[in-house]
Amino acid sequence: MSSAASGITSPKKGPAALASYAVILVLFLAFLLPFVWMILSSIETGSGLNATPTWHFTLANFKAIMNVATVYQPMLNSLILSGGTAALTVVCASLAAYPLSRFHMRFGRSFLYTILFATGLPITAVMVPVYSLYARFNLVDSEPATVLFMTASSLPFAIWMTKNFMDGVPVSLEEAAWTDGANWLQSLWRIVLPLMAPGICVVFIFTFVMQWGNFFVPFILLLTPDKQPASVTIYTFFSQYGEVAYGQLAAFSIIYTAPVVALYGVLSKFLGGAFNLTGAVKG
Amino acid sequence: MTVATQPQTARIPVKGGARRPRRVRRLFGRLLPLGPALLLLAIFFAGPLIWSVYTAFTNMALSGSASTQFTGLENFRRMFSDPAFVKSLELTVLFVIGSAVIGQNLLGMLLALILRGRNAIVRTIVNGVVIGAWVVPEVVAGFAWYAFLYKTGTLNSLLHHIGLSQDWLYSMPMLAVILANTWRGTAFSMLVYSAALSDVPPELLEAAAVDGASSWKRLRYVTVPLIRRSIVSNLMLITLQTLASFGLIYVMTGGGPGNASSTTPLYMYQEAFQFYQLGYGTAMALVLLVLGALFSLIYLRLIKLEDS
Repeated sequence: MSSAASGITSPKKGPAALASYAVILVLFLAFLLPFVWMILSSIETGSGLNATPTWHFTLANFKAIMNVATVYQPMLNSLILSGGTAALTVVCASLAAYPLSRFHMRFGRSFLYTILFATGLPITAVMVPVYSLYARFNLVDSEPATVLFMTASSLPFAIWMTKNFMDGVPVSLEEAAWTDGANWLQSLWRIVLPLMAPGICVVFIFTFVMQWGNFFVPFILLLTPDKQPASVTIYTFFSQYGEVAYGQLAAFSIIYTAPVVALYGVLSKFLGGAFNLTGAVKG
Repeated sequence: MTVATQPQTARIPVKGGARRPRRVRRLFGRLLPLGPALLLLAIFFAGPLIWSVYTAFTNMALSGSASTQFTGLENFRRMFSDPAFVKSLELTVLFVIGSAVIGQNLLGMLLALILRGRNAIVRTIVNGVVIGAWVVPEVVAGFAWYAFLYKTGTLNSLLHHIGLSQDWLYSMPMLAVILANTWRGTAFSMLVYSAALSDVPPELLEAAAVDGASSWKRLRYVTVPLIRRSIVSNLMLITLQTLASFGLIYVMTGGGPGNASSTTPLYMYQEAFQFYQLGYGTAMALVLLVLGALFSLIYLRLIKLEDS
């Protein structure tokens, strides 16, 4: 970061710097405020939508929801759905990225642009036809079928990211293996993938985090409460008990959000700041 | 595997045409790894999309597929004479322009600019909160904003003293969801613009400053033209994401009161999954896709104008 180069807001001393710090403070508070309720009401006794703190702190809300039906089962379902999707996505994306990264193919570039375009397709718009397809083949309420759809919807961006990471592994390292008679699978497995392990982790975590928060897809495709992930059951909890048990809803929200925040921390460690993830978007 | 194993340099262009079977076999071998991904994408992504084009022209309902008939443009005729749908389309455009194009985009740019070269601790704390809003699952973001804007929520207890408190989710539901979506998505634009700004050569800005350009002029005539490709890709991605936004609005207002915040995805959900009109719902999905394509075309056009 060069400090003198920032155009509109170079950090000079004096009133200009003071004004920018004031703007930063206002924005900071604006972004912070919506979180306040969640954290306060999860540990307060008089749970309601009132923002006035009661200053009576307790873990009762957490204790009340820590049972199989409310938290453990949905969290396990989330783990299975997101984990399964992330694993399958990484496998398919690594395989697909190999020819795209290693061979110059006539249609390679247009394929990649199609992939990038598919990244942006609104999933909401695809859900109605997917549902009617699933209904016709009796796949509604099936967890494996849901994982397959989630994988397909995560693949475009995952292929794009994996290809960019794979481009960073020099071809010259593989040439020796080819001389020794290794085929592409051996070369991918023994040489390329170990060298891009951090990139693979990034793709895995990114896919996992995205699917952990995915509400619409499981909401439409999974009907039995026992199979639904936390993103859906927390909404059901909200519409059933929201008015009476806000403290518990807040506690549930925190438990459900915690893994994602932790994984994001790991992710930014891998990336050395969050900039590289969006670097792919720079065009 | 049929891949050639001779020591060759990897970057051999694969020539088209199938003059010799060996070449075809080699091409096939090279494309083999694409198989699983292509299969999944074809069945679960391209398939439903093509299927949706067919379904949109039928009266398919969930009750039984036996009675499905081809009805031509009937769904589209019905859609555009349905005031609730036309309103949902207007609300969708308002939502996209308000929360993505203006909210996330400009606020993300402002944050990226204003945080440049600041003290590392300030940057870490502010980035942490902004990115936190982005990382939180959308349902939780919906709860947080619901409670924040509720009658007795945080915002009203702050505004109470100046007499502005009201039930925001009833009095101005669109503003509420626009603010919530801006809050949630700004981090992405901020990250894209931070990355783009770090590629702007400092010498150019210094030279402009020496020539007496004000900070606004340096931003308008030096920085923005240099990062315009990032601006266009960012706008395109956040527009498409916002266009499809469902969970956040569904949790906060459920499309209400009445249908005052029912954007097209919510209206589509209601028609397709609550009234079981799959054909009608799919036709709306197609309109949503066309709307996304229109926005993308406008952005691409803008970058062309800027180039020439």
